[in-house]
Amino acid sequence: METTSFIILVLGMGLVSFIPRWVPLFFLSKRELPPLLIEWLELIPVAILSALLLPALVTTGTPRVFNPLSIEMLIAIPTFVFAWFTKSLGGTLVVGMLLYWGAGYVI
Amino acid sequence: MSYTAEHEGAKHAPTRKSSLTQGLLAIWPICVGYIPLGLAMGVLGEKAGLSPLQVGFMSLCVFAGSGQFIAVSMIASGASIAAIVFTTFIVNLRHLLMSSSLAVHYQGVCRKKISVLSYGIVDETFAVNLNQLKKGPWDINKAIVASYAAFFSWVISTTLGCYSGRFIPENAFGLDYALTAMFITLLIFQLNGSIFAITAIIAGVSAVALSLVLPGNAYIIIATLFAATAGVIIKKWRQPLGNH
Repeated sequence: METTSFIILVLGMGLVSFIPRWVPLFFLSKRELPPLLIEWLELIPVAILSALLLPALVTTGTPRVFNPLSIEMLIAIPTFVFAWFTKSLGGTLVVGMLLYWGAGYVI
Repeated sequence: MSYTAEHEGAKHAPTRKSSLTQGLLAIWPICVGYIPLGLAMGVLGEKAGLSPLQVGFMSLCVFAGSGQFIAVSMIASGASIAAIVFTTFIVNLRHLLMSSSLAVHYQGVCRKKISVLSYGIVDETFAVNLNQLKKGPWDINKAIVASYAAFFSWVISTTLGCYSGRFIPENAFGLDYALTAMFITLLIFQLNGSIFAITAIIAGVSAVALSLVLPGNAYIIIATLFAATAGVIIKKWRQPLGNH
């Protein structure tokens, strides 16, 4: 990617990342959001993470094909169990990566 | 580094020193957790044809783990600038909620500091700051120190990852799995009750179904909006039964 388009891309990404972080803190410090909107916004993070994660685990290729027994999914199970009990972000990263790396040699 | 200099200056301002120490004590696990993640991001950036300077510049301007991973994979697949910027916006839109909930705790605080803090709000810094706010007073200086320590850890580790990328073969150390492992952990952090688990299942299942029929990444947005809306409806529907 050429330098000028890369700079435009990154500044654009920076702007659209900063605005949602800045606007509520800057303007909403005295105003209350409607309770229904808050309840809806509360469910957005878990929904977006799940929507990003699950298709990456159980689909492969372009166009995507359903593949529930992919190596990604099989490694996700022990990784999930480790994350569930340790609640450790760094530890889970290392465990998941090592399992996936090891699986590459075994299979 | 810069913290040492600030520590020395802090002799004259004891509250500042305690802000620094407390901020760093709260955030250090995230700084450490960012190292493998940042290295992985840097390596993927290198594979997508970016230089260390470009990766560092992106981390400095964007500071968004998952957003940057997705952007780099879209760069590698030759997506347009508009598509990448729009996807980044959608993926990072969740920070709107985090910023909104922090606003409640920092009413009447100087707006410059509010703006400085808001730049450093991502999933992990939000989680740490909110956890501190639950325990007791956590003034904005501590929140800024904590958020920016994580930010610097991210910028440095992504840049270093890109330098080392050319020496690291494809999927060495399972780096390709870093994003998946991060999402698994962050998803677990979000499961604060049955309605969150139900929403996660709806989002995951509908995202898989949509991803099989729709090209591109539109399934992420559609499944998210659908699941959050369904989650609120289910919550409202269950409330009169008194078992929420």
